[in-house]
Amino acid sequence: GGTRLENANPLIFQRSGERQLTTEEEDEEFADPIDDREIFDILVCFYLTINDPEHPLSLEELNVVEQVRVRVSDDDSTVSVEFTPTIPHCSMATLIGLSIKVKLLRSLPERFKIDVHITPGAHASEQAVNKQLGDKERVAAALENSHLLEVVNQCAVCLC
Amino acid sequence: MKDSLKLVSKFTAHPDSRCWFVAWNPKGTLLASSGGDRSIRIWGREGDSWVCKSVLEEGHQRTVRKVAWSPCGNYLASASFDATTCIWRKKQDDFECVTTLEGHENEVKCVAWAPSGNLLATCSRDKSVWVWEVDEEDEYECVSVVNSHTQDVKHVVWHPNQEILASASYDNSVKLYKEDDDDWVCRDTLEGHESTVWSVDFDKSGQRLASCSDDKTVKIWREYEPGNEQGVVCNGTAPTWKCICTLVLQALSLLCFPGRCHLSGAMATACGDDAIRVFEEDTTSDPHQPTFSLAAHVPKAHDQDVNCVSWNPKEVGLLASCSDDGDIGIWSYQPQH
Repeated sequence: GGTRLENANPLIFQRSGERQLTTEEEDEEFADPIDDREIFDILVCFYLTINDPEHPLSLEELNVVEQVRVRVSDDDSTVSVEFTPTIPHCSMATLIGLSIKVKLLRSLPERFKIDVHITPGAHASEQAVNKQLGDKERVAAALENSHLLEVVNQCAVCLC
Repeated sequence: MKDSLKLVSKFTAHPDSRCWFVAWNPKGTLLASSGGDRSIRIWGREGDSWVCKSVLEEGHQRTVRKVAWSPCGNYLASASFDATTCIWRKKQDDFECVTTLEGHENEVKCVAWAPSGNLLATCSRDKSVWVWEVDEEDEYECVSVVNSHTQDVKHVVWHPNQEILASASYDNSVKLYKEDDDDWVCRDTLEGHESTVWSVDFDKSGQRLASCSDDKTVKIWREYEPGNEQGVVCNGTAPTWKCICTLVLQALSLLCFPGRCHLSGAMATACGDDAIRVFEEDTTSDPHQPTFSLAAHVPKAHDQDVNCVSWNPKEVGLLASCSDDGDIGIWSYQPQH
């Protein structure tokens, strides 16, 4: 079996450096709000094994997520992530989006409203994929589907 | 608008889970809730507090999306993501599952009893609406499978006094069905919403319909008979439905649920921005071009998305709500004229 290679030689992008910690952030007494970089850090731990299970590439290396496309407001409890599928006809787009959403749902406090959508213009079925990812009933049903959940867990592994 | 919607009580209904739906029994004495924990719970008032009278856990393998009371109040139907619908019979204080309706290919999203109690409708992600007939021996027979929508069907509701069924879908439309020669057929498609229609509800007369969508609007539709004075064009002898008002909810509304109060006419919405809103029709407005005002707005009604609101059928202004935080809220609405 195995997944058919759609984009066998993806462009690989350089990883950004380690986060510079401020003294305030190192102080555990100090309540620092969740920011863009923190969400980005959650997502760069995330590797896709779709292309090659032996050599997973991170969402950052595939340029699927970029820090500038992650927006967080701790005060409003909102997170918005734009992701860019590696090719405009990528049939895994919904699955990648769902994986990102699941990862954020599991990592963030429940008060957050999480919006995951495709970078405008980056995919042929942008609207349809966005509508699916925005439908909480469908997402809830998908997360109860053990087969689908297994696929999500297999194609996107957290290596941190 | 201040203090017109007051919290009476709030309690955890489905711990560590979502509460998807709440429904009052016809007498208004019991509230049924359904959740992501695969259970249905029945709540009753004892003095000032709300207590759990029964937990129905044995029926479903997955989330129980919605529940509906039969018009006599002796039966409860539950729709689940496990592709089945269970029928529960009330036995003194408890409930027993009398039958499980199978046939949908995947998640059943909604179930509704016709006012006569002889018909039941279900809808699913498989894009179909099923109509079931109930006989005196509690036997259920599917009399029609309607494949009119092109995407999942989110909600079904019956007309309050005629055998007309309405459905709302992910395909952005609302459809109306009637029986025709032993089969149920789509008679009307209401188009205008720009995204998923999450729910529909008739008013008391059945002449008007409210629909609520992911496009952040509520639309009010009205039925016009052929030859009507307003000059609304009908196709042949069949009446037609026209959108007469669009309310823009200036909010992030992921899931929006109108519940029209059959006693007062007030309309409540449950939204993905954690808020509950109540709208009242302006008494001086033209019934063919009505305007509505926001009569109450509780921004932080729950800690997470509000999934459903339901007016008590007997007690004017008593509203139940439920949320992703697993809680049920009981509210008292008093219009401030």
